[in-house]
Amino acid sequence: MADSKAPSRRDMLTGAAKAAGVACLAGLALTAYVESARDAEAKALRPPGARPESEFLAACVRCGLCVRACPFDTLRLAELGDPAALGTPFFIARETPCYMCKDAPCAKACPTGALDRDLPSIRKADMGVAVLVGQETCLNYKGMTCSICHRVCPISDEAITLEWQTHRGRRMLIPVVHSKTCTGCGTCEKHCVVDRAAIRVLPRELGLGGRGRNPAGRPA
Amino acid sequence: MKGFSFTASARAEGVAAKGWLRGHKWWLLRRATQIAALGVFMAGPLAGLWIVRGNFASSELLGVVPLADPFMFAQSVVAGTAPIGVAMLGAGLIALFYALVGGRAYCGWICPVNIVTDAAHWLREKLGITRDRKLDRRTRHWVLAGALLASLATGTIAWEFVNPVSVLQRGLIFGLGAGWTIVAAVFLLDLLITRRGWCGHLCPVGAFYGLIGRASVTRVAAERRGDCTNCGACFNVCTEPHVITPALKGKGSTLILSGDCVNCGSCIDACPVDVFEMTSRLRREAR
Repeated sequence: MADSKAPSRRDMLTGAAKAAGVACLAGLALTAYVESARDAEAKALRPPGARPESEFLAACVRCGLCVRACPFDTLRLAELGDPAALGTPFFIARETPCYMCKDAPCAKACPTGALDRDLPSIRKADMGVAVLVGQETCLNYKGMTCSICHRVCPISDEAITLEWQTHRGRRMLIPVVHSKTCTGCGTCEKHCVVDRAAIRVLPRELGLGGRGRNPAGRPA
Repeated sequence: MKGFSFTASARAEGVAAKGWLRGHKWWLLRRATQIAALGVFMAGPLAGLWIVRGNFASSELLGVVPLADPFMFAQSVVAGTAPIGVAMLGAGLIALFYALVGGRAYCGWICPVNIVTDAAHWLREKLGITRDRKLDRRTRHWVLAGALLASLATGTIAWEFVNPVSVLQRGLIFGLGAGWTIVAAVFLLDLLITRRGWCGHLCPVGAFYGLIGRASVTRVAAERRGDCTNCGACFNVCTEPHVITPALKGKGSTLILSGDCVNCGSCIDACPVDVFEMTSRLRREAR
C-alpha cells in the first residue's frame, strides 16, 4: 500500500481534473444564470448617462452612489425580484420620473464610469424614449385635448409636440414624440391621466424601430 | 436544558482560565467592528449622518476618498471595462489596506455574512448537529476561477448576480427585498450540511482576499508554543484549523502564514495558557 502522505500521480491527476471540472461547471452555471437575468425589463429604466446595457453590467458595481446623489429619490437599487439585474440602479417612471437636474449629479457620482461622469448636459442623457403605446386609450386620440404629456414634458415642444392629424376622418391634436430630443425622463408617463399610462418610456432598443437594410425612400 | 451555556464549547477552557471578558476579547472587538462598519454606512440613510456614501462595493469616505472592492474591480476588468481613475484608486486603497491588516481580515472583521455563518456554527454546535458533507477547502478557488471565467464569458460582473455578501451588506444599507432568501440559504448550508461551509469552503470573495493576505503584514503567532497543553481549544474555535498546525506544531516560524487565516483572534481568546498573540510579520522577522 502506498504511503498515504504522498498522493500518487493518479490521485494528483484525478484531483486536478475534478477541480478543473468544478471551475468549468461553476463558470458555465453562472454564465447561464447571468445570461437569463442580465437584461432590465421594459419598465426599469437606467439612470441618465448609463452606458448601453451590455457595457453597463460590466462596469456597474452596484454601490448606490447614484441613488444617494439623486435629490428626488428617483433611483433605487434592484432587490431580488425587481425588474432589473440584482443590485443595479433603476427607476420606474410611472412611480417617480427623472427630474432632469441640469448637472446630472447621479452620473457625476458614479465611481466606475457605468454612468458617464462627463455627461455634457442632461439633454444628452438617454434613459429611453417615450412611446405613445396606448393609442386606443389616449384621450387625444379620442378627439379630446388632454395633452397632459405635452404640458408636463420638461423639454416641451422639443421632445413632444402637438400636431394636427386626421384619424378616422376627424381632425385631432396628437402628441408626437421626437426620439432625437426625448431623454426618456418619464415625466409624461408619470402624469398620463389614464389608468395605465398610454405613453410609456421604453429602453431605446425596445421603443424604436430599426433602419433596415433597404430603407424606403433612400437617396439613389 | 441541563448545563446549557451560551458560551461556545470551544471557548469554555479559555473562559474558565481567564474569565468571560478576556475569553471573548477579540470576539467582542470583531463584532463591534463589524457592526460599526455597517453602522457608518447605515447612519447616512437612517440618521442623515453621511460619513460615508455607497456600500461595500464602492464608496466615498467623507465625500473625498474613494474606496472599492478589488474583487469586483477584477471581474469588471475581465468583463471588458476600461477602468477609470477613481475605480483604480479605490480598489488599490482597499487592496493595500488588507495587505496590511491581513487579507481575510475582511472576512473576520468586516463582512456581515461572517455574523450569519458564526451564528449558524454556534447553533449547529448547541444543537449537536454533526452531519458534515465534506468539501475541499480549495473549492473556493475554483469558484473564484469560475466567477472570473463567467465574467469573461458574459461581459458582466458575474458573481454579483448571486453574491450573498453583497446581497446582505447592500440589503442592510439600501433595502433587502427577497434577498434574505440567499442569506438564509447560506445560514442553512452552514447549519445543516457542511461545517463552516460557506466562508470556509465556497466563498470566492474570501478566497480573493486570501490571495491578497498571503503577503499580509498583520499575523497571529503561536509565540509561546512551548506552553501548549494540547487541549485543542484553538483548533475547535478556529474557522480554518489547518492554518494553526504549522505555527503551533511545526519547527519553523511561529507565525500563522496561511492566507486562509481570517485574523479573527479566536485562538488567542480560546487558549487557556496564552500561547497566541496578534503581531506583525515585520516585527517578527526583524528579530
